[in-house]
Amino acid sequence: MLSFLLLHASISRNAQTQNLQLKASLVHELGLTDLCLFTEARYTRHLSQADLYTAFQDHPLSLEHFPSGSFTEPNLSGIR
Amino acid sequence: MQSWLEKQRYIVDFTMSSLLRRKVKNIGLLVLYTLIVFILASIIFFTYAIKREAAFILQGSPEIIVQNLIAGRHDLLPVSFLDQIKSIRGVANVESRLWGYFYDSLVGANYTLLTPPSQAGSLKSDGKKTFVGSGGSDIPTPTEEKNLYEYEGAPLEPGTLIIGNGVARMRSIGKGDYMPFMAADGEIMNLKIVNTLASESELVSSDLILMHESDFRKLFGISSTYVTDAIVTVSNPSEIETVANKIKKHIHTARPIIRDEILRTYSSIFNWRGGMMIVVFSAAVLAFVIFAWDKASGLSAEERQEIGILKAVGWETSDVIRMKFWEGAVVSLTSFFSGVILAYIHVFFTGSIVFEPALKGWSNLYPNFKLTPFVNAEQLTTLFFLTVIPYTVATIVPIWRAATIDPDTAMRHTGN
Repeated sequence: MLSFLLLHASISRNAQTQNLQLKASLVHELGLTDLCLFTEARYTRHLSQADLYTAFQDHPLSLEHFPSGSFTEPNLSGIR
Repeated sequence: MQSWLEKQRYIVDFTMSSLLRRKVKNIGLLVLYTLIVFILASIIFFTYAIKREAAFILQGSPEIIVQNLIAGRHDLLPVSFLDQIKSIRGVANVESRLWGYFYDSLVGANYTLLTPPSQAGSLKSDGKKTFVGSGGSDIPTPTEEKNLYEYEGAPLEPGTLIIGNGVARMRSIGKGDYMPFMAADGEIMNLKIVNTLASESELVSSDLILMHESDFRKLFGISSTYVTDAIVTVSNPSEIETVANKIKKHIHTARPIIRDEILRTYSSIFNWRGGMMIVVFSAAVLAFVIFAWDKASGLSAEERQEIGILKAVGWETSDVIRMKFWEGAVVSLTSFFSGVILAYIHVFFTGSIVFEPALKGWSNLYPNFKLTPFVNAEQLTTLFFLTVIPYTVATIVPIWRAATIDPDTAMRHTGN
């Protein structure tokens, strides 16, 4: 059954290439930057666009309180 | 060879009947073990698939985004900055973006409002957009495909909207309906929905609302001298980093975000060090430590007696160890395969229904998306070594200790 599922993975991967291209094309045309995974806060909706202060927008000592914050980490490498 | 195989078959037969004699205990163990493998496999499948999908989809994202930062926060970008950016050597094209958020109090959801780039007033040149990565050439360019944000071949007009599938689902609206918005000046704007974005693209467009530039500016009260941010296209893709640094030097309040940073953001998402992930992984590791401890700390009196009888009727120590090895292997392999199969069905057929409440968090709008099944041998091997090997090894040591003692002592439940 596992090998059947692996076969399914291989077949559906090829079948879904068109869907992936549709999404990539939409991202390209609209200039999108992020996945629509977490819509609960603006800095989780656009993770790559958020500045480092948005998680503490209510108060400098206010802890990050949205559940999706526990799935992500700050990208500090690109800070100029 | 034939006799060796026969012997193994008899030992496995005996092992199975031995396992069935302690049915309740072993079924309980099997269910628990399968559950742990299921959780770990689901996490591995989900995170790998979403990272691969993000890497593929987002390679079409802008090369450089330029934001304006005021007091550490994202602010509107003056249109005059576009000319300054354009004058930087190496910049091929500068386009402005108009986008923002709208909280719909009716359903308690946040939407992303966006003006298609071609309408947001751009400084165009002959620059050609480029893609990074090996799969870049797979992405159809706008000229090859139909324009995804037009309807009936025409661009968006003032007073019209195109909405994402998530918005349509939340509000139970669709093509031909009207959506009211309260503008910054208090006026009610009734905008007509002329189309919805393809449901296949929900992972990137579920909460999107596309509107005309004039509607966007009126809704948020943004004057024509400002835009949200700018997209910069670079003539030579290898100079993206250099151009980003030049932009920062020319405009001190600018924050350039390059495409590599966007891709890196999604390659580090669901990292095992993230809060929720480390809790799940610790729970799984703890469960395995308990399993191993239970096995390594010794055998039950019943098992010890069984070993004593087997040795008394002529089984060798190696046969007993082999029998117990098969016992561990049967339990762990059955759990491994069941857990992996259930995890595959969970992630790629049910849309990770178990994880949905955690991923949804406090948001009301969550995309309906079907992940592409990116599964490879490396994932399965990692999972195998994390789950099957430790358990099987943990069963061998106490068995060896019990199998080497005198059968008489073992049957009397004494000795060590």
